[in-house]
Amino acid sequence: MTTTTTDFAPTAATLAKLRRKRWYQHPMYGRLVGTVAAAVLLDVMSGPQGSREDVFFSLDKSLGSMRVVWWILGAVALWAVMEFGKPLYQRFLGPKVGPLDRFTTPVTEPVKAVTAQARAKTADLRRIVWVRLGFSAVVIGLLILLPNLLSTFWNQVLVNEVAIYVLLAIGLNVVIGWAGLLDLGFIAFFAIGAYSTAYWTGAMPVDPPFKLNAFLVIPVAVATCLLAGLLLGAPTLRLRGDYLAIVTLGFHEIIYLIAKNADGFTNGPRGVQGISNFGIHIGPIDYDWELDPVPYWYLLIGIATILIIAFLRLEHSRVGRAWTAIREDEVAASATGVPTVKFKLMAFAIGASTSGIAGVAYASKARFISPESFLLLFSVLVVAYVIFGGMGSLWGVIIGTAFLAWLPQYMKDWVDPNDRFMYLGALLIIMMIYRPQGLIPSVRRKRELSMAKAGLGDADAMSEPAGGRMT
Amino acid sequence: MSAADAAGADAVGVAESAAGTAVPPRKKMLELDDLHVFYGAIQALKGVHIEVNEGEIVALLGANGAGKTTTLRTISGLLTPREGEVRWRGERIDGVPAHHVVGLGIGHSPEGRRVFPAMTVTENLNMGAYRFKSVPKAELDRVFELFPRLAERREQLAGTLSGGEQQMLAIGRALMGQPKLLLLDEPSMGLAPLIVAQIFEIIREINEQGTTVLLVEQNAAQALRLAHRGYALETGSVVLSGPADRLLSDPKVREAYLGEGA
Repeated sequence: MTTTTTDFAPTAATLAKLRRKRWYQHPMYGRLVGTVAAAVLLDVMSGPQGSREDVFFSLDKSLGSMRVVWWILGAVALWAVMEFGKPLYQRFLGPKVGPLDRFTTPVTEPVKAVTAQARAKTADLRRIVWVRLGFSAVVIGLLILLPNLLSTFWNQVLVNEVAIYVLLAIGLNVVIGWAGLLDLGFIAFFAIGAYSTAYWTGAMPVDPPFKLNAFLVIPVAVATCLLAGLLLGAPTLRLRGDYLAIVTLGFHEIIYLIAKNADGFTNGPRGVQGISNFGIHIGPIDYDWELDPVPYWYLLIGIATILIIAFLRLEHSRVGRAWTAIREDEVAASATGVPTVKFKLMAFAIGASTSGIAGVAYASKARFISPESFLLLFSVLVVAYVIFGGMGSLWGVIIGTAFLAWLPQYMKDWVDPNDRFMYLGALLIIMMIYRPQGLIPSVRRKRELSMAKAGLGDADAMSEPAGGRMT
Repeated sequence: MSAADAAGADAVGVAESAAGTAVPPRKKMLELDDLHVFYGAIQALKGVHIEVNEGEIVALLGANGAGKTTTLRTISGLLTPREGEVRWRGERIDGVPAHHVVGLGIGHSPEGRRVFPAMTVTENLNMGAYRFKSVPKAELDRVFELFPRLAERREQLAGTLSGGEQQMLAIGRALMGQPKLLLLDEPSMGLAPLIVAQIFEIIREINEQGTTVLLVEQNAAQALRLAHRGYALETGSVVLSGPADRLLSDPKVREAYLGEGA
C-alpha cells in the first residue's frame, strides 16, 4: 500500500489567518467570561433554596429576575476596573518607574539618582526608630482597645478564629513563604500541641506523671512539636516539593486517625473535656483565664507580638538569606555553602512549634478538643490564608488571615451560613486570577514570581534537591 | 629529611613534563582515586583517577554523559561515591556534606550557571561568601575588578542578565568563597565564541592570581589551549590524560574531540 504524503503547504493567506489573534482570544476577555460566569454562579448560590415540587424553582427565581442583571453588571464593572484601572492609574497618577525597572536595566546615572533618592527617603524613615516603635505601639494599643468596641460574639470570633489562625499563619509563613516548602499537614502540629495540653493538664484518660499549668505546657508542646517536626522532616525533606506536600498530607491523616482511634489514650472521637485554662498562681498573683474571651485576646496578642518580633529578626538574618537561596535554587545554595537540609529542617521545626503554641492556646481556651477540631480542611485553609495574604510577607499574611478568618463570621448575617465557604472559594479564585502574589506581597516573592513566569528559577524550593536521592 | 627531599616527595608530574620546559614541581592538591558513582542503578563513574596539583588549570573533557559533571558534583559533595576516595590535600573528603566542602576551600560553579534569579548581582555575590560571617569587601572588589560588567549591573536582578553575564556571576559567586580550588562546570555552555574567549581569559587571570582550576568542558580545543593538563572521560572512565599540549596534538583527541578526521 502506498501512502501519499501531503506536505503542509499553506498559502500566505492561511498563515495570515493562523497568525491572526481574534479579539476574544485576548486573555482579557477570558477573564471577562470567567468573572461573569462566577457572578452568575454566585447569583444562583445566593438565590432562593431549591424546592422538591419544582426542580427549576431555584434557577427560575435566581436567573429569571433582575438580580442576575445586577450581578452581571457588577461583574463587568469589577472586570473593567481590574483591566483598565491599573493602566489608567499608571498613566495619570502612578510612578513613572515600574517596580521591576530598577532591577532589569543597568544602572544609568538618572535612574541611579532616582533610586538613591528614594532609598535615602526610606532609609531616613527607617532610621527614625521611634516612628516605627510608635506606630507599632499605636497598632497594639488599638488591638488592646478593640474588644471594648465589640460584642461578646465578636470577641469570641477574635480569639477563636482570628487570633488562633493568625498564629498558625505566621508559623506556616516561615515554612511556605520563607523556606518555600509546601506543608499541607500543618494542623497536625496544632493537634499535637492541643493534645499535649490535654495530656499534661490531666484531662486525658491517661494521667501524666505530674500535672502542669497550661503556661508550662507551652514549652513542653513546643518541644514535642519540634521533635515531631524533626522526625517528620529528617527523612522527608530530601524529597522534592510536590512529594513533600503529599508526605505532609499523609502525616496529617496519621495524626488525625491516631487522635480518632487511639481510644484509650485520646478518648477517640468523643474528644477530651475539661482541659484546664491558663492561670497564674505565683505568690500574691492569683489569676485564671476563664470564660471571658477578652483576657485570652490579650494573652494571644502578647504571644503573637513576641513571635512576630522573633520572626522579623530571623527574616533579615543569615538564616533568612539561606532560606531565600534555598527557595530560589537549592543546588546553587548548596554549592555556595548553605547547609540546605539543616535550614529546611529548621524552618519546618519553627513552623511546627508555632503551630503547637496555637494548639495549646486553642485547647485551653476551648477546654474541649476532639479529632474533628483538626480536619484536613483546616490545614488547607491555613495554606490558603497564607497565599491570600502574600507568601513571605509577614504583614500581608497577618492581615490576610485576619480578614479571611473574620469574613465567614461576618457573612453569617448576609448569606446562607452553609454557603459561606463557597464565597470564600470564589474570593480565592478571583484573587489568584488578578493578584496571585497576594494581598500585600513581599518584594522578594513578587520578583521571584515574575522571574519564574519568565522561565527563570523556581519561586519555591521545588527544584531538584542537592544530592538528595543519589548514592 | 632535608627540605629538598620533602619537596621531591611531594612533587609529581616532574617526569611527565617535557624535559627543559619550566614546569615547576607542584604539590598534589586534589586526588580522585578509583571513583564509582551511581545514580540509582545507573553507574555514572566507573573507576575515575584524576589528580589536580596546586596552581594548575586542569581540563576535564568528554562528550555528553561521559561523567564530567558527575565528577565535579562528587568532588564538591553534592554526590557521594559508592566506592573510591576523594582526597583533598591527603585527607579523605568523599561523603563530606557540600557546605563543609565549600569551607575547605573548594568553590563550585555549577552546570547551567544557576544564579539566584530574583536576587541582585550583589546579593548573589554575597551569597557566595555565605561561609563567612560577613562579606569580605576586598573579595567583592576583586570580583568586580575581574568582571567590570558585573560592577555595572550590581543592582540588576540576576535573572535578567544575559547568558554570558550570568556565567560571569556564577564564577564570581564561587570566587566569593575564596576557594583554593575552583570547579568550573562548562563555563562556555550556550555562549557566543567571543564571550567564551573573554571568560577563558578571565579564568587564566584567576589562575595566575593563585587559584587552582578544574575545568569541565565540551569545547576541547579551547579548554586545552588554556589548561596545563587534561583528562578525557568516556562513559565514566578516563581514557586519556597528559599535558595539554600533548593532548592537543594527539591524533585520537583530534579525532574524538576536535572533530577532525584521522
